[in-house]
Amino acid sequence: MLVPPETGDWTAVTSEPLPVGAVADWVVRSDCGAVVTFSGMVRDHSEGRSGVVSVEYEAYEEYVGPRLQAVAAGARRRWPELGRVALLHRVGLLPVSAVSVVVAVSSPHRAEAFAAGRFCIDTLKETVPVWKLETWADGSAWAGPCEVVA
Amino acid sequence: MARLRLFGPAREAAATGTASVDGSDVDGVLAEARRRYGPGFAAVLATSQVWVNGEVADGGRAVVDTDEVAVIPPVSGG
Repeated sequence: MLVPPETGDWTAVTSEPLPVGAVADWVVRSDCGAVVTFSGMVRDHSEGRSGVVSVEYEAYEEYVGPRLQAVAAGARRRWPELGRVALLHRVGLLPVSAVSVVVAVSSPHRAEAFAAGRFCIDTLKETVPVWKLETWADGSAWAGPCEVVA
Repeated sequence: MARLRLFGPAREAAATGTASVDGSDVDGVLAEARRRYGPGFAAVLATSQVWVNGEVADGGRAVVDTDEVAVIPPVSGG
């Protein structure tokens, strides 16, 4: 059961379905006029490959939490006005269109919410110890490193 | 001696995710792992980071039984 913390940022790695709506609700705060939520989901194709049917996510689970906390802390250093920050990653075997990651942030105004949300997902993809094995009709392969963010 | 953790393509190449491996520093542990798991594993290791207890570590970092050496291939979460 995923339960948000009473204080601090909400970070989690879990094999349960990610509650995107509950996460977006949790970041709402009376002093914040903006909420940005990003959901990442399993896609039916990848670089040079079509027909992906599932993705299995594997994590170094002991260190996903600390790395997610570090991403949130990095966002707070850059945008001190942030309200709440939530970063959750799912692991296990996921079908196409299942949500694999959710990021939600709130802030007084939209500019920093958009910027911080983008920073969080980009930094998560570069720094959190998670790997995905893509499976298609007649094979499977580990995905390459996350695309470099322009 | 250290506890070795392998993930993603490194785990697949070695056909195990956890092992106890002899060595007094990171380089020694990785040399023993290459001997044990062969060239497929060595190829993955060549493109991976190595962490000790969750932090990036140099090859000369000394390790003891309670240390965890992890092979971290390029991450692909999200």
